[in-house]
Amino acid sequence: MTDDIRALTQRLAAEPGSLVFLDLAEALRRRGQLDAAAAVVRGGLARYPQLAAAHDLLARIHTDRGEGDAAFDAWTEALRHDPRHVAALRGLAFLSFRAGDLARAERHLVAAVELNPEDAGGRAALARVREHLAISQSGDLAIGRPEASVVQSRDREIAGSPDRASEPETVLVDSHGLRLSGAVTGLNGGDVSDAVAAEVAAVSREATRAARLLELGPWKNLAIECAGTQLHLIVPTAETVLLARSEGDAPGARLAIAADRAAQAARRWLERGE
Amino acid sequence: MSAAWTALLDGITRVSGVRGALLVSADDGLVVAEASMSDVDGAAAAALVSSLARKLGRITGAIGCAAPRLVMLEAERGGLAAAPAAEGLLLVAVTDADANIGLLRLALRDAVERLA
Repeated sequence: MTDDIRALTQRLAAEPGSLVFLDLAEALRRRGQLDAAAAVVRGGLARYPQLAAAHDLLARIHTDRGEGDAAFDAWTEALRHDPRHVAALRGLAFLSFRAGDLARAERHLVAAVELNPEDAGGRAALARVREHLAISQSGDLAIGRPEASVVQSRDREIAGSPDRASEPETVLVDSHGLRLSGAVTGLNGGDVSDAVAAEVAAVSREATRAARLLELGPWKNLAIECAGTQLHLIVPTAETVLLARSEGDAPGARLAIAADRAAQAARRWLERGE
Repeated sequence: MSAAWTALLDGITRVSGVRGALLVSADDGLVVAEASMSDVDGAAAAALVSSLARKLGRITGAIGCAAPRLVMLEAERGGLAAAPAAEGLLLVAVTDADANIGLLRLALRDAVERLA
């Protein structure tokens, strides 16, 4: 048991009616002790069933476990007690997006951004969902359609020139695994961007946990070499991760430079809040 | 710990900036052998890196490319390197921020080949 968890456990034992269970459950969640975290937060909810923050925390634990339905229930419960809970709105937007319900995802994100206009990640997620909505409503993904052009223009800014086959692909992902920009193609030629985005967010959480527990400081990048493919993850902002991918077996220094450039472009784009 | 594994891990810890090296069971994240891990929690490092490697495998799986053969995490005060080896093992190195990454790559590759 780490010192912080031990201290929080002792505080909760001394003050069982306090809200310290939230801090303890969050610390356990960050450490990856999801069963223990869920038990602690459920214990707190037994005492404070109307506490939206506790339902939100339970939802995030369910998300970490890959339990989308249970996360949906918990975030819905959080909003029932606090309709202005921004994290719950963003969580439900993420789940709706994953389920393909773009209209519902947009509604949740609009509400979240209205409540917190300074949230650049929320604005970026809303822009992304609206692009998907526009494209799905047009019923045509062909290059040259106005909606598709908007997406391509923004993705080009982050990815660099898309016209050169040698340029890496990039995808920018938020902390929930929602793709904000870019695309990744599978080896079979299909678009695997959203599936990859969800896994990138999970890897980012795991890298954060490993770096913290081993006292390495915040992680900066993660290079992955595979036969015929190079991957590079980098952290443009605290709430986003960027994956760059290139083909070939060459050392990844060139990909690292391209990823760094794309991360700078992503930061500029997020700051503009388009 | 067998002498062969000790020699293998020593070859990695001799690289400048490497604080320790581990041989880990990739499936369950348990330490099989370790070297020079005096200031690092070897069990924690093994569990964390194996978990990270499994999640990275989901990215490569989604893309459809081969499983990772080398993973290098760079953090502000150090880093981690991991390379899958034969028989479900994972070679792991914990490094300082100024480790010689080029030599470490070669050492890991050499160790993987010797384990094959």
